[in-house]
Amino acid sequence: MTLDLSSDDLEMLDGRDGAAVEMSMRIIVRLGETVKANRLIDISSAHIDSCLYHGLSTIDFADRLVQLGAQVKVPTTLNVSSMDLLHPDLYRGDPEEALRGRQLADLYESMGCKPTWTCAPYLLEERPNFGDQIVWAESNAIVFANSVLGARTDRYGDLIDICAAITGRTPDAGLHLDANRYASLVYEVGHLSPSLFDHDEIFPLLGAFIGSTTGTQVPVVDGLNHKQSEYRLRALGAAAASTGSVGMFHVVGSTPEAQTLDAALGDNAPQGLIKVSVEDLQMMRSKLTSSTGTALATIALGTPHYSIDEFAILRSHILGKHKHPEIDFYVSAGRDILLELELRGWADELRSFGVSLVGDTCTYFTPILSNTDKPAMTDSGKWAYYAPSNLGIDVIFASTADCVASAIAGRVVLDESIWTNEQ
Amino acid sequence: MKVFGLMSSNKEISGPMLRLDEPLSFWGGLDPETGQITDVHHPQVGSSVTGTVLAMEHGRGSSSSSSVVLELIRNKAGPVAIVLSEMDTHILLGSIVAEELYGLSMPVLITSKENLQNFHSGNVAHIDSEGNIKFIN
Repeated sequence: MTLDLSSDDLEMLDGRDGAAVEMSMRIIVRLGETVKANRLIDISSAHIDSCLYHGLSTIDFADRLVQLGAQVKVPTTLNVSSMDLLHPDLYRGDPEEALRGRQLADLYESMGCKPTWTCAPYLLEERPNFGDQIVWAESNAIVFANSVLGARTDRYGDLIDICAAITGRTPDAGLHLDANRYASLVYEVGHLSPSLFDHDEIFPLLGAFIGSTTGTQVPVVDGLNHKQSEYRLRALGAAAASTGSVGMFHVVGSTPEAQTLDAALGDNAPQGLIKVSVEDLQMMRSKLTSSTGTALATIALGTPHYSIDEFAILRSHILGKHKHPEIDFYVSAGRDILLELELRGWADELRSFGVSLVGDTCTYFTPILSNTDKPAMTDSGKWAYYAPSNLGIDVIFASTADCVASAIAGRVVLDESIWTNEQ
Repeated sequence: MKVFGLMSSNKEISGPMLRLDEPLSFWGGLDPETGQITDVHHPQVGSSVTGTVLAMEHGRGSSSSSSVVLELIRNKAGPVAIVLSEMDTHILLGSIVAEELYGLSMPVLITSKENLQNFHSGNVAHIDSEGNIKFIN
């Protein structure tokens, strides 16, 4: 099969719409040939990860596109930045890097991208519909769009995301195609105690386990007896996309392409079945925890950016209480959500407990934490997975409730009853 | 092996092999200034990829990997070539854009999973412009 370009594609490639479209199209076509696509397809939105600063080459690339006259052709949102653009004083890193982050932000905004600065674009008011063809980068956004919204995006990353936004086209390959969206590996959980799944923290653990065992297959979770909330599904997906390269998963009865197990499998026989054990989940819990003592300096929540649902849970734990003075408590969220917290009056309640709200960026790769010598605690599988490498910090994965209890106590407090009851 | 991306002129590429025991996420797993593997979960943490022919089954994880590959190439801290048994478009895009922006090459080569078993760290690999590879112990 060769890549069959439309006359429009060929004209773009030939410079009809200017040099930026031509360069972007050249990159899209090379990708299309590599992934053996038959054609390019139109997209209805894009989410850009290239706006995060990773060194001068990220600026060189955006600057080249801007110099060549680039403008996005479809509604385009921006992923997190390297700093809180609205509260730059939170940034503790190299001031020159902060300037570069701001410069990169300006370049992408000047191409017509919306300054959303969030890794959770699916929480914005306008989100893709079932079946929409989109180009989203950022692994947790990709896995959520495919699995929970039923929109279609391949596992895009930096550089290609903006090229697709500028041309409005992408190769018809990967998770854009029906055949690649069916599950082939079943994770059975029906034999586990249903009460285990009353606990939110089981979902990132299950996700982390799936990510580390599923390889490049599409997994399906079978045996959960009621429809799971969006925030649980996204915690599962975010963890699976961190410990592995999962771009789509199904949960029978909860995700739109898995009304039944057969539907998720596309009526094919599964290639494998994994019976998940309590020990598997406990093993993931220890893998996501690198500290065994009670020492603690930081609580870090909001990876991916917290939703209103998650703030509601957090609020129920903190109302009328105050954190220990020696613990820093950060929660990251998108601008829109932070604004909503103000409007609801929740922001003041959170601040009165001692929460520092962080926007536009995330605490697991930006120098925001004031103390990285002592361990941090998180309810995020993704934060727990990446922070030790990125920040050189020790981490404890725990439930949101344990994070709050520890913040109040000033040391690590873990409720082990969920595990001891399962023995 | 099938070659994707530009082979530097007609010259043969050669470098010491670095065979990774597990897939590596370039973002969060590698310092693009030094070329050192920093992922504490990776068995080869501390090894440097600079100047090597880097072989692994596939890439892993974050969507930022393309940018890190691009920055690695710009810093001249990258491998001379990456050999995979499954195409990783994140890695390839870093290589494609490095050609577009800087005219620098770091080809991505695809071989079979079986062939990848013949890649051993410490051997020197010579790759010609057709993707033929010779190992010298």
